[in-house]
Amino acid sequence: MKSGTVKEDPGVNLARGILEKHQLMLEKPAVGRDLEKSQELLIPLLQDIQDAYGYLPPPVLEWVSKKTGIPISRMYGVITFYSQFYLEPKGKHTIRCCQGTACHVKGSQAIGEAIEEYLGVKDGDTTDDMQFTFESVQCLGTCFLAPVIMIDNDYYGEMTQGKVKKVLERYSKS
Amino acid sequence: MRDKKLKNYEDLKSLHKEIDEEKSKVKSRVLVCMTGCRAKGAEELARTFREKLDVPGMEEIEVVDVGCHGQCSRAPLIMIEPEELLYGDVKPKDVDEIIKETLINGRVIPRLCAEVEGRAAAKAPDIPFYSGQERDVLKNCGRIDPQKIEDAVAAGSYDAAAKALTTLSPEDVITIVKDSGLRGRGGAGFPTGLKWGFAQQAAGNEKYLICNADEGDPGAFMDRALLEGTPHQVIEGMLIAAYAIGANNGFIYVRAEYPIAVEHVTMALEQAREYGLLGNNILNSGFDFDIQLRKGAGAFVCGEETALIASLEGKRGMPRPRPPFPANAGFRGKPTNINNVETLANIPLIIEEGSEAFHAKGNEGGRGTKIFALAGKVKETGLVEVPMGTTLRQIVFDVGGGVPDGHTFKAAQIGGPSGGCVPAQHLDLPLDYESVKEVGAIMGSGGLVVMDDRTCMVDVARFFLEFTQKESCGKCVPCRVGTRQLADILNKICDGKGEPKDLKKLESLAKEVKAGSLCGLGQTAPNPVLTTLEFFRDEYEAHINEKRCPAGVCKELISFSITVDDCIGCGLCKKACPVDAITGDSKQPHFIDPDACIKCGACHEVCPTNAVVIS
Ligand SMILES: Cc1cc2nc3c(=O)[nH]c(=O)nc-3n(C[C@H](O)[C@H](O)[C@H](O)COP(=O)(O)O)c2cc1C
Ligand code: FES
Repeated sequence: MKSGTVKEDPGVNLARGILEKHQLMLEKPAVGRDLEKSQELLIPLLQDIQDAYGYLPPPVLEWVSKKTGIPISRMYGVITFYSQFYLEPKGKHTIRCCQGTACHVKGSQAIGEAIEEYLGVKDGDTTDDMQFTFESVQCLGTCFLAPVIMIDNDYYGEMTQGKVKKVLERYSKS
Repeated sequence: MRDKKLKNYEDLKSLHKEIDEEKSKVKSRVLVCMTGCRAKGAEELARTFREKLDVPGMEEIEVVDVGCHGQCSRAPLIMIEPEELLYGDVKPKDVDEIIKETLINGRVIPRLCAEVEGRAAAKAPDIPFYSGQERDVLKNCGRIDPQKIEDAVAAGSYDAAAKALTTLSPEDVITIVKDSGLRGRGGAGFPTGLKWGFAQQAAGNEKYLICNADEGDPGAFMDRALLEGTPHQVIEGMLIAAYAIGANNGFIYVRAEYPIAVEHVTMALEQAREYGLLGNNILNSGFDFDIQLRKGAGAFVCGEETALIASLEGKRGMPRPRPPFPANAGFRGKPTNINNVETLANIPLIIEEGSEAFHAKGNEGGRGTKIFALAGKVKETGLVEVPMGTTLRQIVFDVGGGVPDGHTFKAAQIGGPSGGCVPAQHLDLPLDYESVKEVGAIMGSGGLVVMDDRTCMVDVARFFLEFTQKESCGKCVPCRVGTRQLADILNKICDGKGEPKDLKKLESLAKEVKAGSLCGLGQTAPNPVLTTLEFFRDEYEAHINEKRCPAGVCKELISFSITVDDCIGCGLCKKACPVDAITGDSKQPHFIDPDACIKCGACHEVCPTNAVVIS
């Protein structure tokens, strides 16, 4: 899963390893049927790049496009379609506030608002100090804990406006 | 280490025996849910058990990480075998007592048991949450270690697949599944055997099998539980399906938000390959099959089968018109069969127990059982498996224990964004594919969110339309523009700006979006509006005509105030208020300035005497 941390190296070394893993480090960019096969791997490829870099750095994407022959337009088409791809660096911690049905009927809207107020950012944004990225998501699959938030890979359930602030305070210090 | 590869059915049987012998050495097992309960400290709990049991004399007690036990409202939940005691809300500080009292002295600790009519109930048959269920598909969920194929084999996994691959023809398998009456659990409820038949009949040798594990319906988590708790059951179902249709390659497309499911499935696939249960010439049947795991990237519409296939091909996940159906032209343009996780998890059961046993459960509107994810305003939340046709009342009240805190049941939302809200007057509705349709909802994946008198039904409709509008892929106009219009009108009503003519507009627009959309997303998106309009029209009218939100939810229509007589002047509300709208001296009644108040509800939440009222 996404590590959430931003690695410094915007170079292509990490990407080279990923292409090798997917057997896409080709002598010549693919064409025709081979290109179609490469393109099938586009989403796993982008997921791995994002895991390694913390986001999808545009220069790396351009390099990958040149190497594989997958048109950059196609890449951006895919990246912008799916909500889990990021073209900008993310904060050290990712806070996901569930706005699914079970959480909604248990007051998740107020939780989201409390987080926005505490961090001073809107849904989808990252704090200026790069500590937190905040996003609303649909159902974390832990509806029995509604309303739920997830920070990195940890769940916090049965949130109230008061509790959520306490949880965030803990992360602000670390 | 010897080669683990199983060469034939006999090998599987002797492995089963070997594991059973190994297991008979274990006296007791402590089963700790390591899926949903992780969110409530299960990891630390299991660690504590392991540390404290790592002493001489305790070798016969095993601590096992398992999948979901079902009754999530008591998380973290553990089961102690062989007695099958269920302890809930267990904390690391309880571990010493459990070891001494229960594991050594064999005594039950009432404090950790479920409370049933004032008495402690330790075992599932005595707990209404369980006694009202029939756990067939979930039988092994919470009882085996999902990270160990040996545990799955000991519980009988792969027996059905071995039987199918070595003693039945693909046609036999399809006939059994057809006769069982199994219908797809992913939403549409299409007969599974029939669908397999189409794929099998389709021309060509290159075919694919896809397991749809995108589970995008907010409020549903049964697929997650199956993948996390019994991944081999799903893999076995895929193996049988692939054999039936003649597919040599399969995919599991898992939702990005399910990291534990990804972890467990990845592990299970590796183990299945190691044991030769995936790969070439499986159990010497001459049949080859392997599975790749793919992670979704966050798009609800990718649960729709043609969009999912586009996503697997590395494209934007947009649906396309059908026909051609995937059975004829799916992944890479080849015949493809796509089934939901729960559908596939039913398959081993059907092969093992026969189509008649399966068909005997349920009713005309659906056979076998269905797993519901019970959540919202209900006492017991969690996974509930009941025969098809069980009534809503049985699920919400008998199994779920009803609505907590003295509030009253208003509606149950079933089927997610494509479904509808079933009101109290239909509590005796049997939940099966056909009956549910009669009240304008759909079975969907089985999310069941309970709503009480504090839930505003107009707000719920608005919530779903905002959801579908955000998730609409934009390809067809009725869905892209229509859902936006619907959401706008609903927002207007919730903001107190609704006009009487809006209701007519909502209705006619909803019907057009339903009729004109390309895929199931748009075709079903208006259901939440139509069902709430039908059953809760009075709430819409209160918003429009009286500018009043009866449930006290819609911000523009409510105000907060403090009842002077109830206020003890503790100052908690003043501290909680983010905009300093509350004034008052210590031990004196406090006041809310209505002009400054942003109606966030923080004061209401913290007030110890319920002096803050919403009107
Ligand atoms: C918008 C939309 C979302 C869907 N999401 C899912 C999903 O998350 N999981 C699923 O199994 N089926 C989903 N479906 C249904 C699939 O298109 C398909 O019918 C199903 O996977 C077939 O499997 P089954 O026959 O086993 O039910 C969705 C359909 C639509 C229109
Ligand atoms: S609705 Fe929030 S976790 Fe499911």
